[in-house]
Amino acid sequence: MKLTSEEKDMLAGKYGEGIALAMEIQQAIGEAFEAERMVEISRVHVALSNQEADLWFVEKLLKKGNKCRISPTVNPPYNLEYFKNYIEFTQEEVDIIERTRKAYREIGATLTYNCTPYLENNIPRFKEVVAFSESSATPYINSIYGARTNRESAQSALCAAMTGRVPEYGLLLEENRRGQVLVEVEAKIKSDFDYQLLGYTFPRMNDYHDTIPVFVGLPDKISSEALMNLGAQLNTAGAVSLYHIVGYTPEAPNIKAAFQNHQPRNKMVIKDEDIQETYSSISDKKGEIDFALFGCPHLTIKQIEQIVNVLGSRKFSVPFWVCVSNLTKSLARKMGYLDTIKSAGGHLVTETCIDQPCWKFLSGKKGVTDSPKCAYYTKRRNMSFYIADLSRATEAAIKGELR
Amino acid sequence: MRRYRCHKIAKGKAKGEIVISKDPLCFYLVDPKDGQVIEKNHDLEGKSIANKIIVFPGGKGSSVVQADGLYQLQQENNAPIGMIIKYPDTVLVATSIIMNIPLVDKVDEDFYSIIEDDDVIEINADESIISID
Repeated sequence: MKLTSEEKDMLAGKYGEGIALAMEIQQAIGEAFEAERMVEISRVHVALSNQEADLWFVEKLLKKGNKCRISPTVNPPYNLEYFKNYIEFTQEEVDIIERTRKAYREIGATLTYNCTPYLENNIPRFKEVVAFSESSATPYINSIYGARTNRESAQSALCAAMTGRVPEYGLLLEENRRGQVLVEVEAKIKSDFDYQLLGYTFPRMNDYHDTIPVFVGLPDKISSEALMNLGAQLNTAGAVSLYHIVGYTPEAPNIKAAFQNHQPRNKMVIKDEDIQETYSSISDKKGEIDFALFGCPHLTIKQIEQIVNVLGSRKFSVPFWVCVSNLTKSLARKMGYLDTIKSAGGHLVTETCIDQPCWKFLSGKKGVTDSPKCAYYTKRRNMSFYIADLSRATEAAIKGELR
Repeated sequence: MRRYRCHKIAKGKAKGEIVISKDPLCFYLVDPKDGQVIEKNHDLEGKSIANKIIVFPGGKGSSVVQADGLYQLQQENNAPIGMIIKYPDTVLVATSIIMNIPLVDKVDEDFYSIIEDDDVIEINADESIISID
């Protein structure tokens, strides 16, 4: 791989040991994928996870000195100050989260603690080259904005933030962004929730987990929430970091453009019964619940409004949590939604992910959520879920059972 | 001794027994205490990858689970000592480079036809060579 003189200086330690280590790792990644050069980036999002490997690596970089050249937005750990009021944490858990937050602050991250940066404060433009990790974020910025990122790991994204560069390979190159499988959607896709199931269905029916699908047959109007759901599930059930919707996403004005004048490698039809089969493979249809948990990815203010509209002046009969960004919570407060949810016994929680030790008190219990991704990642915390659309799930939290 | 060309991804050398998997692997679904694969219906379910060279198609799972899985195995001295894959992805590549586990790809099909579990092989990623006694 050819490096510029500045990149060689980075590698040699002229800008500090932290940048040298990050560049060494990136050079190895570049050579593994036979990249010809490094390219400058302008944005980074790091999937901070508050796990031991995450902490080990950020502290390792930090100890060598240097701050990020490009300040990355970061994923949520959990809101220690909030949850301390409800549950006991071990000293080890407190140490890990305090050290994680301190390390990311000192290395120069922008402490958004939110997994939907692409809707708020880290929004790339068309063809902008960036480094994003986080499974709902990479497909959104690649597909909807036409920005360019590979499916970065939390650590490789942090290296990119240190050096301000990424090796040029994969989805950064025009020819690798062409569609591979033509997906005719015959199933009726109406609600935002239908996109969750569609996103889970494609990888289930496809042989390769990292294929680029090209969807036709979807409605003309698709909400941001639907697209957030689609990408999150495509990249959870599979490793799909880019998709095209013909006549809708910027790199697919028509079928020819979506496939860059090539023939599709494969064709697939998704019917109502395929969507139904996905649903029955991931959730039971009805039953009693112990709690409700939403926000994987963080819910938007429109989704909070949807909850409030279903709720009216009724009360929840089970504990009810929604993980949201600081911006969404502040909007909900100003718009009166927070009061409504609070008086019903529910909570809006900021700076928190559903896959964190703060939920350990839900171990062994059965809840309801609107997100297949939430149900998938919390299995190892021994939490189980019914999955239903947001309105039906909210109704279940009021009744104490999904009907 | 037979020698096969390969392509270096993560540097280093390793010599040891191999364990072969038809399925992609997620290191989060491996028990750090003994290196046994605990993923249900996985080709390696119940087998240990501790201190072995794994021959498998590639990684799967989010960056978070893959990195933390390998890290936990390393803390307990039960990480694999080398890896041979067919399909590199950014997450596994970055993780093995950071954790200093030799990783190679692009090995001749011949190699796959003669190897069996527990064969002793040597990976020299730096020189892009795999050798079998």
